[in-house]
Order: sequence, then structure tokens, then C-alpha cells
Amino acid sequence: MIELENVSYTYGGGELLSDVSVQLQPGSFHFLTGPSGAGKTTLLKLCYGALLPTSGRLSVFDQDISALDRDQLAVLRRRVGVVHQDCQFLDHMTLAENVALPLMVSGRGESSGQDNLTELLSWVGLGARLEARPPELSGGERQRAALARAVILSPDVILADEPTGNVDWEMSQRLLHLLVELNRMGKTVLIATHDLSLIRAAKSHVQARVLRISQRKLHLAGADL
Amino acid sequence: MTGADIRNLLRGDTRADRVVPPTGYTAHLTLFVAGAMAFLAVFALALSLAAGRIADRWASELAGAATLRINAPAEQLAAQTEAALTVLSQTPGVSSARALSADEQAALLAPWFGPDLPLDTLPIPQLIEIIEGEPGLDALGLRLRLGAEVPGAVLDDHTRWREPLVDAAMSLRRLGWISILLIGGATAAMITLAANASLAANAQIIEVLRLVGAQDGFIAGAFVRRFTYRAFFGASVGTLLGMTGVLLLPEASDAGGFLTGVGFQGKDWVLPVLIPVLGAAVAFVATWAAARRKLKELS
Repeated sequence: MIELENVSYTYGGGELLSDVSVQLQPGSFHFLTGPSGAGKTTLLKLCYGALLPTSGRLSVFDQDISALDRDQLAVLRRRVGVVHQDCQFLDHMTLAENVALPLMVSGRGESSGQDNLTELLSWVGLGARLEARPPELSGGERQRAALARAVILSPDVILADEPTGNVDWEMSQRLLHLLVELNRMGKTVLIATHDLSLIRAAKSHVQARVLRISQRKLHLAGADL
Repeated sequence: MTGADIRNLLRGDTRADRVVPPTGYTAHLTLFVAGAMAFLAVFALALSLAAGRIADRWASELAGAATLRINAPAEQLAAQTEAALTVLSQTPGVSSARALSADEQAALLAPWFGPDLPLDTLPIPQLIEIIEGEPGLDALGLRLRLGAEVPGAVLDDHTRWREPLVDAAMSLRRLGWISILLIGGATAAMITLAANASLAANAQIIEVLRLVGAQDGFIAGAFVRRFTYRAFFGASVGTLLGMTGVLLLPEASDAGGFLTGVGFQGKDWVLPVLIPVLGAAVAFVATWAAARRKLKELS
């Protein structure tokens, strides 16, 4: 599904990732750990084509990402849901409109998604906040809204970059459960986090592989949790 | 960009257009620039059309006629006039020729010397009015023949003073069209700047749209439609004001001369209506180019 072969990424003369090789199989669950600045976000951005490898081969859904033009990358991103720690929204639009944004940009009819929108927002606990504007949302609500937006097109892969970074423990557990639930639906999940307690908490719910980035290299951190 | 792209862009999508915040100084700038430029374009167009009409009128009015002046002693004047008329009657390209009467010649001189001029006591040359016909007058050939047969004849085919006037009117018309092109170029430049500013100000929105899988066409389209409609609206208002201004200009009249002829006549009134459409087209192309360039930079 996502395969990196000897991928390196250099920016401004400095190598941020070196010779990274890993495969994310369909339906698998992964944690990506490492200290701040280790390159977790860079690796995630490579996985959805926001950055392109300096060398090596990165294929997503059997497509060489370096060979795709911008519009092809955009289409590919519709199959990859992304949740960032500092999730960004369009502040002049309502929560419902923000979550429905992927439907709009992909040209899918309102009817096909609108029915699911309310259900989806209820699933992440925001059913009563449809008309709220993003600035009115708390950190946890924003994260859940970002997750809803990431999955509204039913992507095959979900990439979450420090999704629990700005929320309390209870909310981080709730988000984790949502991601585990998505994995049970067959989605491939990759969560970048430096929060080891989150990884430990996931142990009882999911078979996850833990990858660790240190000194620009990717390592398997240990046995399955 | 294909025709389908253009149709999709213009068809619009009110929800998609909402991804770009509706406010911002670029909105006012675009409206103002489009309005002001359309206003100026109306006057440039009016000037150009009026200059064209004058050039055509002068050319046609003067091109079809010539004047033959007989400068001869009084005792030979009648004979030379007769000889000249004979030559003219045999000359191809002369439709008709007639000697002006004494009263007609006095009327021509009246504006300068007054109505009481004793014409019969002055050595006034005889004027012959020549109306050209097909295949056109060969002025050079006629001059050579008149030089041989009517020594006192001087042919004036009006070329000497017609051409500078027509040239001046044509130059004015060209200036009008150049002004319209410059106005179009300046509008494109200003709208490009406004579009660039808007794209830069909305970089975060573009980032979000990219994150959720928006293609360049979708993102550019939202900006292009916004700027195209604004330019169309601004240009419509500017054109309306400009046309009102032209309508209030004095009617063309002989007494007013050239200045009173600036305006639209008949079908000409349709042309300024095209200005908002052209303004919108300029905005469309300028914003599309700016958006594609900016999106490439942001990738």
C-alpha cells in the first residue's frame, strides 16, 4: 500500500531522513516515534506527497509518487486521510462545511456525503456542533473534527501527526479509540507520536507495529505490542 | 486551458466559491480598478470612433472632388475656361465639370471680404468644380494635358491638404485604440497584483485545500471566478457611468467643429457594452495565470 525503498530526504543541504525503507500493509496499524525534530512529520508528509523524496523510491497504492504531477497527487491524497496536530480549518466556514470539504473538492455529490456527514460528526462526538465555526472549537473538538474530515472520503490510509498533542489524556484515549475503530474497518493507520503512554494504551486494543526514527534512520522499535 | 475548463470555471459552484473568504482589500481594489478602467475605456472608444468617422468623412467628401483654377488675363479667361471644360469633358474619370458662376465665387469669398466685394472689378480667377467618377481621376495626366492646352489652369485635387487632415484623424483613431489596449494591459496588471495578493493572503486556505485533495483547477477556479465576477461588475458600473458621460456630451454640429462630434452614433452604442465582457475576460486570464503560477510556487 505504502512502500518506501531507501528513501532519503534532504532540505537546505541537510539530510533529514536517510535510506528509509518500510512497508505499510493494508489494514495494518503503526506507531511512528522518535524525539522532536527526528523527522516524523517529514516521513508522514512524504507518505502523502506533500514532500517528494530526494532519492529512493516511494510508492503509494502502487504508484511511484515522484512520477505524479500535482493533480495526480491531489487525487492520490483523497485516498489518504491526514490529521495534523495543528489541524487547520477554514475559519469562515462552519464545522460541517469544513468536514465536508473533501467531498466538495473531489466533486462528489452532496447527497452521497451529506447523509453520512451528520452520522460521521456524531461518531466523533460533534453531532451538536455542526454549525460551529472552527475558532469556537476546543483543542479536542478540533482534533476530532480533523479526524472526521480525514475519513469522510473513506480513505484507505489514515496518517495522524501527533493527533493527541494538544488534548488531555481522556481525549487522547477517545481519539485513539476512534483510530483503532477505523483500523478495524480495514483502514491502514500510521500515527506519529512521541507519547509512549499512548502506544502503551493502544496495546490492549490493537496489534500495532512501532517504528522509531533516530539519527535520520528508521528502526523497528520492538516486538508487536 | 481547454474550452471545457473555461466553461467549468464560469459555470461556478457557489459552495466551492465559499472556500475563499469573501472579504479583503483586493475585492475593493478589483472593483475600483475595473470600474475606473472601463470608464476610461468608454471615452477612449468614443474618441477613437469619432476620429474614425471624421477621417472617413473628410476622405470621402474631399476625395470625390477637385478644383480647377484658371489664372488668365481677363480677355483670355472665357476662352481658357471653355478650353478647360472641353479637356475635362474628354478626360476619363471626370463625371462632371462646371464653371462656378460669379455669384458662387462671390459667396466663397464673402466670409473673408464681406458681401459687398466688387468682384467684377477684381482679377479673380475662374474656378471650375470637377466631380470625379469612375475609374477615378488621373491628376498627373490631366495636369500635363492642361499644361499644354490651357496654360493658365491649375488643378487642385485636394490631396495636398486632405492627406494631413485624414492622417491626423487616423492618428487620433490609432491613439484611441492604443489607449484602449493600454487600459486593458493596466487592468490585467492591476488584477494580477490583486490576485497575487489574495492568493498569498489565503496561502493557509490553499494548504488546507491541498491537504484534502483539491486539484489546482479547483483552487484556481475559486479565485478566478471571484475576480472575474468582480471585474465584470466593476466594469459594468464604470461603463454605465462612462456611457452616461458620453451621452451628456454636446451633439455633433458644424458650429462646434470636431469637439462636438465625440460620442457614439447608431450601432456604435453596442460597442461599449462589450467593455464589461472584455474586462471580465482580462480578469479571467490574468487571475488564471496568476493562480497557476502561485500554486506552482506554493507546491
